[in-house]
Amino acid sequence: MYRSARRGLALAASLTLLVAIAACSSDGDTPGTSAPVPGVTDTEIVVGTHQPLTGPASGGYSKISPATKAYFDYVNAAGGVNGRKITYKVMDDGYNPATTQTAVRQLVLQDKVFAILNGLGTPTHTGVLDFLKTNRVPDLFVASGSRSWDQPDKYPGTFGFQPDYTVEGKILANHVKANFAGQKTCFFGQNDDFGRDSLAGVTKILGADGVAAKQEYVVTNTNIGPQIGALKAAGCQVVILATVPGFTALSLGTAARLAFRPQWIVSSVGGDYTTLAKTLGDAGKPLLEGLTGANYLPAASDTGNPWIQLFQKINKEHNGDAPFDGNIIYGMSVGYLFVQALLAAGKDLTREGIIAAVEKGGFKGPGLAPFLFAKGDHSGYGGMRMMKVTAGVQSYFGPTFKTDEAEAPVTEYADPAVTPPTSGVPTA
Amino acid sequence: MTMPIRSTLLRHLLYTLAGAGVLLAVTSTLEPFRSFQLATVAAYFCATAGLTVLTGLNGQLSLGHGALMAVGAYTVAIAQNMLSDEGFSGGWLLPVSLLAAVLTTVIAGLVIGLAAARLRGPYLAGVTLAVAVTIPALTTAFDEVFNSDQGLSVYLDPPPASLGLTFPLERWQAWIALGTALIVALLLANLVHSRYGRTLRAVRDNEVAARLAGINVARTQVSAFVVSAACAGLGGGLLAVVTQSVSPGAYSLTLSLFLLMAVVVGGLGSLTGAVWGALLLVVLPDLTHTLTEGLSPSAAQRLEGNLSLAVFGLTLIVVMIAAPGGIQGLFRKLTGARS
Repeated sequence: MYRSARRGLALAASLTLLVAIAACSSDGDTPGTSAPVPGVTDTEIVVGTHQPLTGPASGGYSKISPATKAYFDYVNAAGGVNGRKITYKVMDDGYNPATTQTAVRQLVLQDKVFAILNGLGTPTHTGVLDFLKTNRVPDLFVASGSRSWDQPDKYPGTFGFQPDYTVEGKILANHVKANFAGQKTCFFGQNDDFGRDSLAGVTKILGADGVAAKQEYVVTNTNIGPQIGALKAAGCQVVILATVPGFTALSLGTAARLAFRPQWIVSSVGGDYTTLAKTLGDAGKPLLEGLTGANYLPAASDTGNPWIQLFQKINKEHNGDAPFDGNIIYGMSVGYLFVQALLAAGKDLTREGIIAAVEKGGFKGPGLAPFLFAKGDHSGYGGMRMMKVTAGVQSYFGPTFKTDEAEAPVTEYADPAVTPPTSGVPTA
Repeated sequence: MTMPIRSTLLRHLLYTLAGAGVLLAVTSTLEPFRSFQLATVAAYFCATAGLTVLTGLNGQLSLGHGALMAVGAYTVAIAQNMLSDEGFSGGWLLPVSLLAAVLTTVIAGLVIGLAAARLRGPYLAGVTLAVAVTIPALTTAFDEVFNSDQGLSVYLDPPPASLGLTFPLERWQAWIALGTALIVALLLANLVHSRYGRTLRAVRDNEVAARLAGINVARTQVSAFVVSAACAGLGGGLLAVVTQSVSPGAYSLTLSLFLLMAVVVGGLGSLTGAVWGALLLVVLPDLTHTLTEGLSPSAAQRLEGNLSLAVFGLTLIVVMIAAPGGIQGLFRKLTGARS
């Protein structure tokens, strides 16, 4: 009988706790003040994101969301957008798709964000597409080049930001075709849509038999010796990398240990010099010499560029003067684009309104190539320019190329760059 | 203790019904995110309850229950997606998938249990540890089926139309998870109080004495592993339903260790302790996130992901010093109930 009394008490206690959770949660929304549009009041817009602040992809990427936040702080200090200040909620998902599930649910269901902005990662973000669609949350400018973001019929609220990996693969392969003809070209990529989409672009240009050897890695296993060894054994002279920064560094380091020195051609997501140099350390830095890649945002080394000057100023004022690199440029460019989209959506901000505004497109910003945003196209930048590390400085060379994820050829894009407004805040 | 079994069953049934009533009332007031968390607690409870039976009542240590959850989760994912691809839909779909998850983990549990029954102490821990490491790695080895680190998304029918069009999906998921967890709790509570439950404890306390009393020790140990694995598989299946996705990252070695920690902190050997443990698994990470939210980005970055580990470790140390019987043991002491 004691036993049943005890059990009853324990049960009652557990239930009390559950009810307490329920009570806590209902404190969150006070009726009456809640706005009709989630996350939007007359004075505030709340947006959220999931980022790898820790874990295998945190190297470099963890600097993106603070930079976006810094740009929003800068805009807020200048009065915000249509009188509304932007609040940016960042959730760490450790680049673990399972954690992203919880993080995004918390942002949407608990924190009631207006939109998810720049959620980072192909494997992580793919898992929350359906959830965001069901809840009609705008899913803007995903920080990944997977082609999954460009499915307007299936995911009407999701938009990409950077050139998709197939576009990038085509442009990288175009460079290989023009400069390394006749050399044995190989591919090393991440074992998910990132690697697959990139390889698809590469083979579109080089042909299926143009890639001599293909290897892949998983982010949870940092031993890539066998794969790099296989590339060496295959006699690769050029290796195209579809890798996150940590694995670019690992590839270069592992290859150096195996006395394997091919020409590296690396995707923009894993090719930022400052990030790689920091990961490799002083001893490993020389390995980066000659590293070739592509990008679509101004180079951190180009201090004469007005965008770089603007971002450096904001970095100093609002980001604690963090070491300035491509991740900071990326984060601030995302912030700039989001403010443009908010302005285009107008004063009566709604979730449908911002999606329509992005579909209308026409945004001009720091990017070298045009955005492809249109009613039937939800992919971001549509072009890239090649860049190379020479004497420890990563800078652009050659023309900007544009293409699409399908069969369009790789062509030059010659529109002149735009300069930022003097205030640093876009105007409608 | 001389009560006939029938009345134990009746008592447990009454508890379950009362629990179901209260949970129904609670979920109808909960916000969607809290429903989601509660559903996660229910999914974890199935696993911790199974582990309690194995470790607390039968004295076998398992560091591989996270992997067994993964087996269940992937089974549900593949079954759900296959059945819906074939054009099937309806209320029977999910129970069939969950049953498939139980069956698969029963087989996995039988295989591991057969090996485990021959091993003791650190050797047993070693084998189950290998399971925890190997099974998630299989998703990479057979990436055409399991899609590597990216994982699979899980098809789930929307809530029945009879509940209304605006019925939150999260509440529906919470009902599924809580309902299943209650059934698991009912079955395990009866099992623990049966002759079989006494056999489990006899084997735990002294194998030689148990053998002298006519108990087949090896068979008891294997069957305990099977029961425990089935619960873990069901828990994993529920987790797949709740998050509508499976990926190896959700079932890493850390989860296996956390599950063990949860049952120890909750109170080893008691099903109510398993409830506490499951609750902690969800509440502690949430709590640490709330703590880091107000901090500067750079400080938060250093603490995020690491702090919850530290808090969990600290909780384990504090509970072990202050209340070696776990939260449930402390609870007994406070309420003055006989232990």
